Amino acid sequence: MSSSPPKPTPKPTSARNESPHAAPTAGAGREKPWLFRTYSGHSSARASNALYRSNLAKGQTGLSVAFDLPTQTGYDSDHPLARGEVGKVGVPICHIDDMALLFEGIPLEQMNTSMTINATAAWLLALYIATAERQGGAPAKLRGTTQNDIIKEYLSRGTFVFPPEASMRLTSEIVAYTVEHVPHWNPINICSYHLQEAGATPVQEIAFSMANAISLLDHLRDSGAVSEQDLAKVFGRISFFLNAGIRFVEEMCKCRAMTALWEEIGRERYGIRDEKALRLRYGVQVNSLGLTEAQPENNIVRIALEALGVTLSQRARARSLQLPAWNEALGLPRPWDQQLSLRTQQILAYETDLLEYGDLFDGSHVVEEKTRALGLAAREELDVVLAMGGAVAAVENAYMKQRLVESHTARLRAIESGELTVVGVNAYSESVESPLVQAGSSAILKIDASAERAQIESLQAFRNRRSPDAVATALRQLEDAIQSGQNILPPSIEAAKAGVTTGEWTSVLRRVFGEYRAPTGVAASASARPTAEDTQVRERVDALSQRLGRRLKLLVGKPGLDGHSNGAEQIAVKARDAGMEVVYDGIRLTPEEIVQSARDEGVHVVGLSILSGSHGVLVVDVVDRMRAAGLGDVPVVVGGIIPPDDALALEKAGVRRVYTPKDFDLARIMNEIVDVVAEANAAA
Amino acid sequence: MSKPVESPLALAERVRAGDRGGVAQALNLVDDGRAARRADALDLLDALEGHAKGRRIGITGAPGAGKSTLLDALATRLGSQGRSVAILAIDPSSRKSGGALLGDRFRMGASARDSGVFFRSLAARDQLGGLSEITGASLDVLAAAFDTVFVETVGVGQSEAGIVDLVETLVFVAQPAAGDLVQFMKAGILEWPDVFFVNKSDLSQLAGRTASELRAGIELGRPDAPGERAPVLCGSARDGVGIDELIDAIDRHHASLARTEAGARRRSAGRLARIRTALTTRYGTRGLARLTAEAPLEQQVDAQPGRSVERIIDRLGARIEAGWAGTDAAGAA
Repeated sequence: MSSSPPKPTPKPTSARNESPHAAPTAGAGREKPWLFRTYSGHSSARASNALYRSNLAKGQTGLSVAFDLPTQTGYDSDHPLARGEVGKVGVPICHIDDMALLFEGIPLEQMNTSMTINATAAWLLALYIATAERQGGAPAKLRGTTQNDIIKEYLSRGTFVFPPEASMRLTSEIVAYTVEHVPHWNPINICSYHLQEAGATPVQEIAFSMANAISLLDHLRDSGAVSEQDLAKVFGRISFFLNAGIRFVEEMCKCRAMTALWEEIGRERYGIRDEKALRLRYGVQVNSLGLTEAQPENNIVRIALEALGVTLSQRARARSLQLPAWNEALGLPRPWDQQLSLRTQQILAYETDLLEYGDLFDGSHVVEEKTRALGLAAREELDVVLAMGGAVAAVENAYMKQRLVESHTARLRAIESGELTVVGVNAYSESVESPLVQAGSSAILKIDASAERAQIESLQAFRNRRSPDAVATALRQLEDAIQSGQNILPPSIEAAKAGVTTGEWTSVLRRVFGEYRAPTGVAASASARPTAEDTQVRERVDALSQRLGRRLKLLVGKPGLDGHSNGAEQIAVKARDAGMEVVYDGIRLTPEEIVQSARDEGVHVVGLSILSGSHGVLVVDVVDRMRAAGLGDVPVVVGGIIPPDDALALEKAGVRRVYTPKDFDLARIMNEIVDVVAEANAAA
Repeated sequence: MSKPVESPLALAERVRAGDRGGVAQALNLVDDGRAARRADALDLLDALEGHAKGRRIGITGAPGAGKSTLLDALATRLGSQGRSVAILAIDPSSRKSGGALLGDRFRMGASARDSGVFFRSLAARDQLGGLSEITGASLDVLAAAFDTVFVETVGVGQSEAGIVDLVETLVFVAQPAAGDLVQFMKAGILEWPDVFFVNKSDLSQLAGRTASELRAGIELGRPDAPGERAPVLCGSARDGVGIDELIDAIDRHHASLARTEAGARRRSAGRLARIRTALTTRYGTRGLARLTAEAPLEQQVDAQPGRSVERIIDRLGARIEAGWAGTDAAGAA
């Protein structure tokens, strides 16, 4: 490895290196800290490799790979849907040479790598294994995690591809394969993280993620994918990926409650006896939902407190921790921003005396009571989901999604009403200008637009130098294996070595399994009681609708591959409650599809939501195509993580309003939509 | 939408040529509540009258029965056969705010989108059964532009009776052992559909039982077609099973309508029912009674050949209003 290993000031001396959750022994030296990771990757395999090496040199102890959206949804960089998305929210990996370059100079045998990959997890794991072998490493020694949790993709993150049944099969085949061949690998990371980002309360976070784990374990047990004696091994290898918000005492109790519930489920439902296997193992990325665009430096403090919440109690301490960057709500973080997050972890682990004690809260009545209450409520909600047939059923009937949309709506309402204080946003918003984000200085990372072109060129060169026969054979064997019900990993590893691309691999699966559109949960979500402001907007909508001759009709959709639909869903629900007719067009749409919807549906205004940073290409494309289709008088508004410079450029291109995370006041947005439509129809 | 409007006749030309922008604009026009636009809307509909080239097919069933998935599969299959397809999806409005979330478009899969289906969502607005007068007029527009026009409604009871007036073929989508069958039988709904499709047959053994229950239920016969039994098919929209058979059944029903006089009979009965419903909604039973006191409604409708349903509704409505005005004047005198 080119980078020097981390040099923690006091050498970890604890004998309990295996687990930070072991029983406390007072005063026995320092605990070994959790793994320090930073979720990162962008532009290209080469640029990301340089970033990883420099992060490791700064004392990061594990890697966390962010893939770009085409890779996550199984498209090659030159696919039409990939346009504008290549290298934006992560690294593009199209084939084995990309993967080899990503880890150049980083021996995978010695690394612990977390890969945020779900629908295409089997493929990226195959590439990882093939790359390790190319480095001369043994797959049996690999350590790390594939996220591989599809349920939460349906609920929140949106990078699913296949229907639930096929997804469940893929997940369990990865589990079955790794338990045997890559025994130190965590084949699945059940994510409650994204549930909280989608609005989940702590109780929902515990209940839904447990329901998710149960659906997988039941499937593994009942399908015979793993034997009875392997089930304990599998149980012990399932890990969780949690979130931690600013209410850090409650979050700590949540982790304790989850630990207890997991053990209970292991004992009672699966008859697990092995104490080590029964321990809840989890990593954490602290909350991004609560990070603010206003006074963004405040986020530095929020992140530190949230990190404290999941490390403070020894019993409920994360095994690995990723901290977001303070400026996430503004755009992509720069290396310096990520360094600050890493330093926050290092200060917590090496400067403070946190790791010198056993559990600080054992015997605390307050913590015990809170933990018990959360556990009971979660158990109750878990039973509701199990009674309707488990997590898969509760995805298909949209129960969980509806509950999340409702919780998120309630949270936004509480911020709007001031019931929930967010410093710098709905309270104490007076501020001097921040030197960190002064106008003109760029406080975010800009992805070079040439990165996409370079990636496509290198992909085409790769296709030219591989053997077409070997690729065709590998793809045929892959399809045969899937059709005949064999494990997908061995033919995928062979395909990786033969030079198959991400898009080709996924095409085979798309053909066999079909594609899926998950229920949105918005249609059935209950309306909240209208505030005075809501009533006023509704009257304006009624009046304008009269003037237009038809009820004000709004199209809400997400162009590109970004599946984070929470924002779009909140707008859709709010607009309905404001009296508009809302066509919710969902995620993963091409600009052509959006324009077709706008025309077919005869809408008065189009609202686009985009968080992946590809707004520059996709939104402008929608506006241009609207004009070409004779819909130039239908205004377009956009919401997303859009830096001020980009917002100006979009407005110049014809976008009527641009909203960013600081615009939390939905009633104001509704009012402005009415304004925009009224302006566009002034002559009507 | 603030654009200067082209003449209704020019717009009708575009609709009949299958121009999608024109169709969308025509749908906007017939939905326009402003009095000043009504004349244009009627001219448009008159110009489309007699030019229907498409079949109108109703898809109904309880929420969750899989109507959207089925439509997705049907549209994809028909599209691949080179037929042009339009879908009109009716969504219930929020009674509180007047707003509505029209989520059906989202459920349309990529394959149906690729096949070029024209999709329009329509909020049900005030009508309890989920069908407003706009639905009929919108279908008149779509049928002039596309080979096959589907209208999707949630089956809540009254709407089936309403939808049957608007379509040539009504498909009822049931799910296995949903327990709603008894309710439907009680409501007399099983009289109306021309084809039954028991969906999700992959999920449950109960599909076969549901199908036999249905067959038993509809054996009682339909009032308008004694001796004919609507076919009951099983399949899975999700897996594309039974879709070809369903298209066959729809085609067969359509052919039998064309072969016999039943088609023409059904169409004119449907028109008459639409006019009666609209007039009753606008003027109440007393208003309608005043009109039919002069001559049976059928006779008054037949006296206006080549006119669109909406035109006739407005004309007869004007007659009712004129009569009222006369009464009022007499009362005042």
